[in-house]
Amino acid sequence: MNEERKGLKEKITNSDIWRSIFRHGYEQTGRRYTLQVLQNVWLHLHPPRISRHALNFRFTWCMGGITFLMFLVTAVTGVLLMFYYRPTAEYAFHDVQYLEFDIPFGMLLRNMHRWAAHGMVISVMLHMFRVFLTGSYKKPREFNWAVGVILLLVTFFLSFTGYLLPWDQLAFWAVTVGTNMARATPVLGHEGPFAPQDITQSNDVRFALLAGTIVGPSTLLRFYILHCVAVPLLASVLMALHFWRVRKDGGISGPL
Amino acid sequence: MENFIALVTKPDNVPIVAILFLIPYFIWLSYRQARQTDKTGVPSDAALNDKVYVWPYLCRNEFICAIIVMLVLGVWSIMIDAPLEEPSDPTKTPNPSKAPWYFLALQEMLVYFDPWIAGVVLPGLIIAGLIAIPYIDINPKGKGYYTIKERPFALAVFCFGFIILWIVLMVVGTFLRGPGWNFFAPWEKWDPHLVVPLTNVNLSYLFGIRDAPTANFFGFFVVAGYFAIGPIFYLWKRKSSHFLQELGLVRYIVVSFLFLTMLALPIKMVLRVVLNVKYIWVSPWFNI
Repeated sequence: MNEERKGLKEKITNSDIWRSIFRHGYEQTGRRYTLQVLQNVWLHLHPPRISRHALNFRFTWCMGGITFLMFLVTAVTGVLLMFYYRPTAEYAFHDVQYLEFDIPFGMLLRNMHRWAAHGMVISVMLHMFRVFLTGSYKKPREFNWAVGVILLLVTFFLSFTGYLLPWDQLAFWAVTVGTNMARATPVLGHEGPFAPQDITQSNDVRFALLAGTIVGPSTLLRFYILHCVAVPLLASVLMALHFWRVRKDGGISGPL
Repeated sequence: MENFIALVTKPDNVPIVAILFLIPYFIWLSYRQARQTDKTGVPSDAALNDKVYVWPYLCRNEFICAIIVMLVLGVWSIMIDAPLEEPSDPTKTPNPSKAPWYFLALQEMLVYFDPWIAGVVLPGLIIAGLIAIPYIDINPKGKGYYTIKERPFALAVFCFGFIILWIVLMVVGTFLRGPGWNFFAPWEKWDPHLVVPLTNVNLSYLFGIRDAPTANFFGFFVVAGYFAIGPIFYLWKRKSSHFLQELGLVRYIVVSFLFLTMLALPIKMVLRVVLNVKYIWVSPWFNI
């Protein structure tokens, strides 16, 4: 049976028609596999070869990759959402309503953006858990763990700044509650311990975050720019560093 | 019960409901692999360095994983709509007013500590402590495989911090807190007019100290005494413990400070719940 199939396969691939379309077969050699990764702009962050255990789903849980995928989904859907959204107190809420009810697939777009963002928070936490449990932060990967911790923070901050943008009650009060804590920053917050006399509610660290003494229109603009431009840029730079160091440190885990 | 069901079925709480299943599953998965390693022995360096080609083996895995995740995300996005409430209104405060689910462990800490600790100092120390982990954990074993036997202390501390102090507090903050941030069991109805008598007293009061300056000194000594456990333990064990000598003084100071700070949270929680302790140290400048 197998011989028969092989014969048939050869008959087809040796036919004049097949050979007129495909100039040559796929060369299955280590050289070919290596070049496939090195010569492809999307794949070249990978090393040509990795440890066998790094392929195992049970070992990696695939959480780092899922986090990156979720970031890509939020980036693509986020750019599309920006076409329909104006970050001003007059328009923001109604633009979201318009998006939900009048734009074709607008609701789906918004859902994907929000759920991918939530998914990213889950997967980034599980990724950190896995890296800890497998001791993958140990020498020589200490610095990359630190970059990862900063990326965890960046993920939280991206999610938090995005939370305000629909400008509904949920957004407004979640951000009010979240930023109220900054009042109590020692020294730099006007209600914090050891705050100097001239730190007031209109020049403390919370004011810098909100661009006002309460969450208002200028906060919306500030969070919009942080969410759509500043923090994604920072995240991209840190991610490039994170992936590059994974490669330079000899793979995701194990001895160098 | 209806309030609890409303919380569980809230679209924005889908992730935290998912976490209730994901965390136990991954604990079980990693525990099984750790027990396997501990029984059959650590994989050799040669086994850990056994290489395969990224193309096609890793790329294939990434592709399959991406397809499955996109399918799940697609179904999730079609089935459940992102929430949109009424337009924002600074004059209408909802009760309870909750942060997004991933910040609820921090919001939950506000019950036990003042905002400058719960909202600023402790989160700062969590970040600093996480970054410090690779530099203070000098145990070279357990690199690249699941194990319990080779690093029990590191695992115990991290799992306690991550699972109990982060995930469990997040779940409590999401599902068991109602109006006025009062505790409501799942079967209880939320009563916005519930008055919980605030009978909390300061620790100094429990010891019969009534005037402020003495209470200030008392609180200082309790807190300083608590953090002195670190140096005292060091002086006591430094000669006999091989581990402490290897760790070195600087690393020891960082480890003991972070460890005691982390344990301070559950200690304060127990003191509050059992003895109604409000503050441990009341000073003219801050309260702890």
